[in-house]
Amino acid sequence: MTIQNIISQLGEGMLKTTILFACTLVIALPLGLVVAFGRMSKLSLFSKNFKPIRLLTQIYISVMRGTPLMLQIMVVYFGPYYLFGVKINSSYQIYAAIIAFSINYAAYFAEIYRGGIESMPTGQYEAAKILGFTKTQTFFRIIFPQVIKRILPSVTNEVITLVKDTSLAFVIAYAEMFTIAKRIAAKETSMIPFVAAGIFYYVFNLIVALVMNKLEKNMSYYK
Amino acid sequence: MKMLEAKDIKKSFGDNEVLKNISFEVNKGDVLAIIGPSGSGKSTLLRSITQLETIDSGEINICGDNLVKTDSFGNAVYAGKKERAAIARHLGLVFQNFNLFPHFSVMRNITEAQRKVLGRSKDSSEEIARKLLKKMGLENKENAYPCELSGGQQQRVSIARALALSPEILLFDEPTSALDPELTVEILKVIRELAAEKMTMIVVTHEMLFAESVADRVIFMDGGYIIENGTPEEVFRKSNNERTKAFLGKLTGERSGR
Repeated sequence: MTIQNIISQLGEGMLKTTILFACTLVIALPLGLVVAFGRMSKLSLFSKNFKPIRLLTQIYISVMRGTPLMLQIMVVYFGPYYLFGVKINSSYQIYAAIIAFSINYAAYFAEIYRGGIESMPTGQYEAAKILGFTKTQTFFRIIFPQVIKRILPSVTNEVITLVKDTSLAFVIAYAEMFTIAKRIAAKETSMIPFVAAGIFYYVFNLIVALVMNKLEKNMSYYK
Repeated sequence: MKMLEAKDIKKSFGDNEVLKNISFEVNKGDVLAIIGPSGSGKSTLLRSITQLETIDSGEINICGDNLVKTDSFGNAVYAGKKERAAIARHLGLVFQNFNLFPHFSVMRNITEAQRKVLGRSKDSSEEIARKLLKKMGLENKENAYPCELSGGQQQRVSIARALALSPEILLFDEPTSALDPELTVEILKVIRELAAEKMTMIVVTHEMLFAESVADRVIFMDGGYIIENGTPEEVFRKSNNERTKAFLGKLTGERSGR
């Protein structure tokens, strides 16, 4: 097998890796904010200390962070058949991977959002209240734009981890880059696919880091 | 005309009673200075009037509208949400730490609430902002960000931000406590000018000379009580109260020691 051949096969995997990466971000970033709201919910039932929404999201975050992502991917993929006897075929692979990655990363993003939101000085809320802004206006116009600036370095970390974590989708035979590299390497007894895979992940993350750096710079017009 | 009327306000944080039977009035065009040692309840009183805190019992009327009254069981009953929002529109508040929005330019700090809360157009809110910036001596700063300004300039922007919503009473919570002496002078000058225009104001301050020279009335608070309520002359010169004399004496002592 020539190098061109290897690269073209890997290219298909790169595309699938990129799809998984992009879909996860598009879903997990907003979903994480919703989870963060749940985690900070003050709604109480029956007694002052029983906050059902907060408790549920706490359990959710705890499970997502406390169990291996690889296991979560398998549960999402095999769960429908093992639990409910729903027949699955290989076209479900991509959906299972995106669902598992999204709910896992949403939990991490939620904690990052929460950290950012809770670090905001109360004076910003008080000034907004005195000026007559509604709670929604206060959050989306005053608080959230400042939170984004504060959490950007932590988000960059998570996004870079996500690029590398996409390789875990191999457990359900989703043919992303790493799965293909492994297959070719075994067949050809060659290191080239591994080297190519390494370069791919490195360059991918370099681009992520550059983009995030640019975003941080764009927000550095204020302190 | 009474702009603000407070009757028997009581407020506790847990077991700590910070406001004990506070009653006072503010007339239109008056400047009321509230002085007293830290922990005396001055800021809590200001925060209760501006709805940043809720009181336990008592009555507050602002510009003739009832914000809160006490039922026959002695509990505070607040007006409905809409009424409370309308009452809040009568008031502006200037904070000790400015609390400008750091991600907005000076201009947007002043126009955002005009547009999103009062529904003014972009043009008219910017026109109002420019007039106020000129008045504050900041006409060339509209595109600057708060972090590029000195503390005194930031505080003047925050005064402009409050004035832009045309409040009927402007409240100041220790507006110069975070500032150097020379920047303090800037802010006091602005408040003096507003006083000359007959703006109704309540100023919590540690600047005794300022309180004495600008205020129409002075309230001295200590331990959650109003100890004195009178003209500057009555409070600063003629008071026979031991606590008032001790507080003012300590300050004069500090001054002569400098």
